[in-house]
Amino acid sequence: MNQLATSMFSIVEAWFLAPDIKLLKIQAPLIARKRKAGQFVIVRVHEHGERIPLTIADADPGLGTITIIVQGIGKTTRQVNLLNAGDALLDVVGPLGNPSDIRLFGSVAVIGGGVGTAIAYPTAVALKEVGNFVISIVGARSKELVIMEEEMRATSDELFVVTDDGSYGRQGLVTDMLRELIEAGRSIDHVLAIGPIPMMQAVAEVTRPHKIATTVSLNPIMVDGTGMCGGCRVLVGNESRFACVEGPEFNAHAVDFRMLAQRNRLYRSQEQAALKKFENWLQYALDPTPCCQLEKEHPEIGPRSHT
Amino acid sequence: MAERLPPKERTKIPRQAMPERDALERAHNFCEVNSGFDLALAEKEAQRCLACADPKCVHGCPVGVKVREVVDLVIEGEYLKAAAKLREDNVLPAVTGRVCPQETQCEGACILGKRFAPLAIGHIERFVADYERQTGEAGLPTPAPPTGKKVAIVGSGPAGLSCAGDLILKGHHVTVFEALHEIGGVLLYGIPEFRLPKDIVQTEVANLGRMGVEFQTNVVIGKTITVDELLNEMGYDAVFVATGAGLPKFMNIPGEHLGGVYSANEFLTRVNLMKAYDADHYDSPVYSCANRNVAIIGGGNTAMDGVRSALRLGAKNAYIIYRRSEAEMPARVEEVHHAKDEGVQFMTLHNPVEFIGNDEGFLTGMRLQKMELGAPDDSGRRRPVPMPGSEFLLPIDVAVIAIGTGANPLVQSTTPDMQTNKWGYIVADEATLRTTKRGVFAGGDIVSGSATVILAMGAGRTAARSIHEFLNTGVW
Ligand SMILES: Cc1cc2nc3c(=O)[nH]c(=O)nc-3n(C[C@H](O)[C@H](O)[C@H](O)COP(=O)(O)OP(=O)(O)OC[C@H]3O[C@@H](n4cnc5c(N)ncnc54)[C@H](O)[C@@H]3O)c2cc1C
Ligand SMILES: Cc1cc2nc3c(=O)[nH]c(=O)nc-3n(C[C@H](O)[C@H](O)[C@H](O)COP(=O)(O)OP(=O)(O)OC[C@H]3O[C@@H](n4cnc5c(N)ncnc54)[C@H](O)[C@@H]3O)c2cc1C
Ligand code: SF4
Ligand code: SF4
Ligand code: FES
Repeated sequence: MNQLATSMFSIVEAWFLAPDIKLLKIQAPLIARKRKAGQFVIVRVHEHGERIPLTIADADPGLGTITIIVQGIGKTTRQVNLLNAGDALLDVVGPLGNPSDIRLFGSVAVIGGGVGTAIAYPTAVALKEVGNFVISIVGARSKELVIMEEEMRATSDELFVVTDDGSYGRQGLVTDMLRELIEAGRSIDHVLAIGPIPMMQAVAEVTRPHKIATTVSLNPIMVDGTGMCGGCRVLVGNESRFACVEGPEFNAHAVDFRMLAQRNRLYRSQEQAALKKFENWLQYALDPTPCCQLEKEHPEIGPRSHT
Repeated sequence: MAERLPPKERTKIPRQAMPERDALERAHNFCEVNSGFDLALAEKEAQRCLACADPKCVHGCPVGVKVREVVDLVIEGEYLKAAAKLREDNVLPAVTGRVCPQETQCEGACILGKRFAPLAIGHIERFVADYERQTGEAGLPTPAPPTGKKVAIVGSGPAGLSCAGDLILKGHHVTVFEALHEIGGVLLYGIPEFRLPKDIVQTEVANLGRMGVEFQTNVVIGKTITVDELLNEMGYDAVFVATGAGLPKFMNIPGEHLGGVYSANEFLTRVNLMKAYDADHYDSPVYSCANRNVAIIGGGNTAMDGVRSALRLGAKNAYIIYRRSEAEMPARVEEVHHAKDEGVQFMTLHNPVEFIGNDEGFLTGMRLQKMELGAPDDSGRRRPVPMPGSEFLLPIDVAVIAIGTGANPLVQSTTPDMQTNKWGYIVADEATLRTTKRGVFAGGDIVSGSATVILAMGAGRTAARSIHEFLNTGVW
């Protein structure tokens, strides 16, 4: 029998990189074998869960595992972050989206904001491998939220860390750092920026007057991830593009960020209500009985396997 | 068991109506609308059949279901035999009995329709299939001894499922690969629960599983595995591509990106597959329709499913916006009637020209243009022509675009030696469903463009026959 994708998506390792940011290694051999930098998976945690996209941060084809790095911001991502080695994800499908455009640009600035650093990491590795000079700028709100610093350092020729509050590295925004480099006359042939929408938009505005080609990875709301629903449509150069199959990377100077931000607010009230309910539940559910958290929340799905 | 009535008596019986839930009650829940014939109704309706020597109904059915013989068995009270007879030509009778456009197929051809109402073939078919399922006596046929040949089927809609069913019987090893997390294709993510309960599809899928079909969900062919890898590295001897026509079409008018504007695929997937209607128990949201104005653009089955779902999500006003007149609507007649009974408002001869939103990017209205019918177009239907100066604004909070779908290119773009036509559909020989790539067959909506469940199923069976022949002879 062939080893097939659906047999199991068990979690082999899981640990927190920062408060609310967890790294999980998942058994998914077919995806591990195929994935390229810049691609993502769609994950469903349990029978009643939603489908959410997560970037493949790394993969080990030999062991058949992929790595995802998840920031717990809403109900589903927090559920993922409750899982540990030995638990499993119900559905993992991929690799989806186009691989990053990996070419010898010359000198490339890779900018990661928050969990965006994890999403930018595999592409930084690939850019370095083909011989680019990689300057990385890792940004976070404060020291404890800086992630992947060592990994990024290992794959970069130069690395700068900036924090909003100055608690670590330089104080400021990633765009301050980028502007400084450009103004100092550093040659930058290409910029890759991944992070919150306002950050990506700000980077685009910094590079635009200098005509530095800039790529961003967009994060619209997705359902299927295969071009079937059109929910992930973004406006690029005034044209409608499906980010899951035509992206997720696009030319930053052509992206309508305002539209993207608006569309990502579509379910704000439902998301907030779901999160609140979930947090209330968490409060009284944190008793020490050794049973899967999800099982308690959804008794109707029955016991989950722990292998 | 009953005697056949003399012909004169038969035509005196009126067509038996399908029992259905009260329109106002059902418009607020997702329970199945039609409750089905009971034994008495089924027999009474069956008695109307004239037992034609040359039954036109059989020719009207795309897969040639032996309607007359099935009806005979119903009159004799041999329901399980009737079910077996149905299954000779139709592997999903509980589905087709519910969703076939009978009025243009079997019933459209029925001789009774010339002077009276045609025989309610769909209702009888459904009755027989439900009887078989409810008695739990579906006699599953035993597959032939293993041939050692392996077939990969891409897509688990009616085309893929019926092909799998036939090939497993021939003793081949069959694996169905499905991109989504559940098996069934449009039967599951498109057609809503109130029209086709999901457990019907799941029972059929479970039966296939018991017969030995292997199902792999969460595999996107073209991404997770390519067709070439299936054939070369994974050792499949043949591949059947049945990926459907799942690429949503938008209208390319201003405002389409506003929050609240959906493709029918997204809206129905959220509501059906992800069960957004049960927000207390499921996590996928759908933009709220409760007490709001919802418009569905289009006149096909998808549009009817969308608008009736919106009503059930609590819409204050639910509109169908269609640019031609009701006579040209491609939807099944029954769906149009049901929609009207439930309170859907039909705005035919109207076409949207712009979506209007507020500062936060949410939909607030739609600019509509009135249309009139001009000369017939290529499709033979009268072409809708805009009436100058007729534009007006309709307040709308949610809009669902259901104007058709196209071919998803994921498989085609990663299988360069498999030819496609100018719209991106796969080119396949009509008789054998062979593509231009050796060992690869294709059928269903991905070849024909959006069609019907029964045509997709027919394609699946044709493919099974020619795949079997190819596996036996090795001749391409
Ligand atoms: C291609 C892609 C790659 C991504 N990679 C990562 C990653 O590696 N690590 C990571 O932590 N996050 C990643 N994200 C974002 C992640 O998908 C969202 O944070 C997650 O879906 C939020 O779900 P939630 O239920 O926890 O939060 P919610 O409370 O439901 O939503 C919070 C916000 O997340 C966004 N969101 C909600 N549902 C979806 C959805 N189905 N699809 C996409 N966005 C949604 C919306 O902007 C929403 O306002 C990626 C998104 C995309 C599109
Ligand atoms: C809302 C709606 C209502 C309808 N109502 C009716 C009706 O009342 N009566 C009627 O006769 N017809 C109806 N139809 C049409 C009918 O459902 C279709 O014609 C039929 O389902 C086509 O069958 P198929 O097997 O070709 O494809 P589909 O049913 O579309 O199934 C294709 C499957 O392939 C999967 N897939 C796609 N790409 C890949 C890939 N790369 N890898 C793996 N899997 C993949 C898809 O996820 C899907 O599950 C309706 C359609 C819709 C959308
Ligand atoms: S399969 Fe459809 S068309 Fe054929 S007899 Fe049954 S209901 Fe009629
Ligand atoms: S055409 Fe009508 S009356 Fe004649 S056999 Fe068929 S169903 Fe009966
Ligand atoms: S997520 Fe559905 S089309 Fe992109």
